[in-house]
Amino acid sequence: MTERAPAPPPADPGFGVYVHWPFCKAKCPYCDFNSHVRHAPPDQARFVAAFRAEIAHTRERIGQRRTHSVFFGGGTPSLMEPATVGAILDAINEAWPLDARAEVTLEANPTSVEAGRFRGYRAAGVNRVSLGVQALDDAALKALGRMHSAEEALGAVAVARAAFERVSFDLIYARPDQRPADWAAELRRAIDEGCEHLSLYQLTIEEGTPFAALHRAGRLIVPEDEVARALWDVTQETTRAAGLPAYEISNHARPGAESQHNLLYWRYGEYAGIGPGAHGRLDTPEGRVATSTERGPEEWVAKVEAQGHGVIADETLTRAEQADEYLLMGLRLMEGIDRARFARLAGRGFDPARVAALLEDGMIEELPGNRLRATALGLPVLDALVADLAA
Amino acid sequence: MWRNGANAIPPGMSTEPISNIRNFSIVAHIDHGKSTLADRLIQITGGLSEREMSEQVLDNMDIERERGITIKAQTVRLSYKAKDGQDYVLNLIDTPGHVDFAYEVNRSLAAVEGSLLVVDASQGVEAQTLANVYQAIDNNHEIVPVLNKVDLPAAEPEKVKAQIEDVIGLDASDAILISAKTGIGIPDVLEAIVTRLPPPKGDREAPLKALLVDSWYDVYLGVVVLVRIVDGVMKKGQRIKMMQTGAVYEVDRVGVFTPKLTVMSELGTGEIGFLTGSIKEVADTRVGDTITEEKRPTAEALPGFKPAQPVVFCGLFPVDAADFEDLRAAMGKLRLNDASFSFEMETSAALGFGFRCGFLGLLHLEIIQERLEREFNLDLIATAPSVIYEIEMNDGSVLELHNPADMPDVVKIKEIREPWIRATILTPDDYLGSVIKLCQDRRGSQIELTYVGARAMLTYDLPLNEVVFDFYDRLKSISKGYASFDYHITDYRVGDLVKMSILVNAEPVDALSMLVHRTRAEYRGRAMCEKLKDLIPQHLFQIPIQASIGAKIIARETIRALRKDVTAKCYGGDITRKRKLLEKQKEGKKKMRQFGRVEIPQEAFIAALKVDD
Repeated sequence: MTERAPAPPPADPGFGVYVHWPFCKAKCPYCDFNSHVRHAPPDQARFVAAFRAEIAHTRERIGQRRTHSVFFGGGTPSLMEPATVGAILDAINEAWPLDARAEVTLEANPTSVEAGRFRGYRAAGVNRVSLGVQALDDAALKALGRMHSAEEALGAVAVARAAFERVSFDLIYARPDQRPADWAAELRRAIDEGCEHLSLYQLTIEEGTPFAALHRAGRLIVPEDEVARALWDVTQETTRAAGLPAYEISNHARPGAESQHNLLYWRYGEYAGIGPGAHGRLDTPEGRVATSTERGPEEWVAKVEAQGHGVIADETLTRAEQADEYLLMGLRLMEGIDRARFARLAGRGFDPARVAALLEDGMIEELPGNRLRATALGLPVLDALVADLAA
Repeated sequence: MWRNGANAIPPGMSTEPISNIRNFSIVAHIDHGKSTLADRLIQITGGLSEREMSEQVLDNMDIERERGITIKAQTVRLSYKAKDGQDYVLNLIDTPGHVDFAYEVNRSLAAVEGSLLVVDASQGVEAQTLANVYQAIDNNHEIVPVLNKVDLPAAEPEKVKAQIEDVIGLDASDAILISAKTGIGIPDVLEAIVTRLPPPKGDREAPLKALLVDSWYDVYLGVVVLVRIVDGVMKKGQRIKMMQTGAVYEVDRVGVFTPKLTVMSELGTGEIGFLTGSIKEVADTRVGDTITEEKRPTAEALPGFKPAQPVVFCGLFPVDAADFEDLRAAMGKLRLNDASFSFEMETSAALGFGFRCGFLGLLHLEIIQERLEREFNLDLIATAPSVIYEIEMNDGSVLELHNPADMPDVVKIKEIREPWIRATILTPDDYLGSVIKLCQDRRGSQIELTYVGARAMLTYDLPLNEVVFDFYDRLKSISKGYASFDYHITDYRVGDLVKMSILVNAEPVDALSMLVHRTRAEYRGRAMCEKLKDLIPQHLFQIPIQASIGAKIIARETIRALRKDVTAKCYGGDITRKRKLLEKQKEGKKKMRQFGRVEIPQEAFIAALKVDD
């Protein structure tokens, strides 16, 4: 079972702001995120104005907050000018003052061009970067449609580590034909880079992507469940041995170096989603509201310019819906969920028979403070586990 | 539907002299043109105008039309001026056309003196034709062979005539060649009915003696009873007595169908017609019963009465437990018109509340199930069809087992007897080998193999429990639809029968248990386990699926536990999508049957039984 007894999470998960930069140089064939490729560079000043407007609009909606984290995601936020990042951070700080210890993360592509902007981002207020390294094998990088080599990516990691206190990078595993031993070796090289945080994602075939078409045509074969499980297991062992255990399904960190912003999601805290295709969970007088914005970048800008925001969905969630969301997010964490909080939202506790059976199977375990979490056995089958508990 | 045409009752008609009455039925295989011929006869004698003829008047129900079979007996009275210048009354009884309704066919045939044997001139004699024509012969019918579809290029009337003579032993030299579709030969048929069939016999002065041929429920008239007057007269106001049940009713009206409902002043000796009265439910009338007058009863009832006996049983459960009451109401409505269908409440650990239902046969089962689903919009789970077993206990008592779940402790059982059938199968020679193999695999014993033209005619004795599964489907598939099949139950024989249970995660699933012959148990058990392995989704834990006889496991499969099922990336932008997915999963789980910790999809219960040989 999982050895680490995590520190209990804070009672209030805090408030964060997600900013979406929707542009990429090229679209990766596995990616189904809201990203767009444009031949002419977008007018960043116009976007800054739109971001400012939408932040102001959200401030109107929810009132005062203290910002504990900001996350620039994408797309490729490292295509933003540092000045753009700075201006957006200023706007956030104006609306909801940034906490002195606030974590400000920016996702970046590990190319030399982008590495050249790292110091600029640092100066603008970014204190953490997350690099999309994806693989340390050039053939695999090519297959994943990445535009950098492993060497270039590691160069960018070095630059980032010099520029930022906190650096994380992503790898994709369970790639076609990948064997557990090869992956373990690749992962150890990644760990040797000395970063405090790694995001390790099993390759997922997402509908509507070029990989999905290849997969359907039988030209892209992903590892079967048994191999995927072996790759998963070797990931857990390797990272744990290196002092970077999982704190979430796909995220590993030295204790204390967890991504504060992402923890906010998994702890089902409050966050504003700013920019095209961004999602938010806001606490309003009507209750918890799920927001999302227009996905198309140009359409979003036009909407914001016309009406002050790009919000296209603003739904008050029922308590049962909030309970489901808390459950499916919270159980991804090693710290698990607070059963009392779940029961308050759901209006009922879990089915005792189901809990007893899952405890008996070793799929879940109880933690002090009335908490429940998925075990090392439960985590790799978490989706089925959540469906069972939610039923 | 002309049966319900109570709103248009023309003035009464008078009874014909008995010598000018002819009562007949049509014996034919499905699709050989029985209904089309009946329609032509109605049309040519002026029973209905062109406008009133909806196609195939005599098949009322959608299912009857779709399947081309008749489920309830119906009758039509035709007025015909013969070449001899005299007016005749021709009463046609359209008999049910399927083996499940063999008893109803028999009673319909007992109500008439002759039959038209209709054979498709291109297809020849079929198994079902044989069964029905033998019944007609048993009822001392005069039989007029009629070759239909002679206009088709593939028609071979001479060959088929020879077949009728060889196989059935009827003189076919005077067979009438017709095309019911185009009308060729129809006048010859009418003339033959008058000249070749005998008039009914009977004593008008004797006490009333009538055969109850069929009955149904009409929304305007209540229970309508179809009768054949054997002796005496039936009229309005008479107090009649059902000799089997002893019940007494007052006659409200009598009449005939032309095919429009026509009220008459009386039904005379030899006539076929209907009565309505103070009868509340179709279940109060028994097909084959004798009706007499209360104050002047006949001395002796007509021979041949048999109570309706369900032969095949299965459980019907609503997919959605909330539909239970609707299912009960729907079954009650169907039973209003079909007293041979029975049901009683049943509880299953796997399927919840439902009904154990009895049917005359597999087709009957299918028809009822289809009508419940189609006419009442219900989703049903049907359990394995079962026959009635006779279980003799060590203490000498005998009990009837309708449901494998009710099987008593084996140590207390002396022997188990199962129903056997005699089956007649006609098949093109090419498929003979496969058909014989199928019959052998199903524990059959061959009685006879002869040839009817180019086709083989097999007679087999088979245990009914091997037939109720998917015998008919298999026969159709191995013969590419060419083999025809008919059967009747012959006797009960002692069998080495065992109860096979299916255990999912070590718990028996009652809805899947069945009685099988010991020699077939392992095969069937393995097949079911393999099937269930594919039908039950992977769970968080490993699920053994076992077939057992008592404590002995005879087959086993394992559904492996899920090994990997987790979303790799799940951040703030993914929650809504993930929650909707979770809601869908929860909905899906509601449609599963929770069994212990295992969720079994409803379709698994039916699909598990469809085992390929």
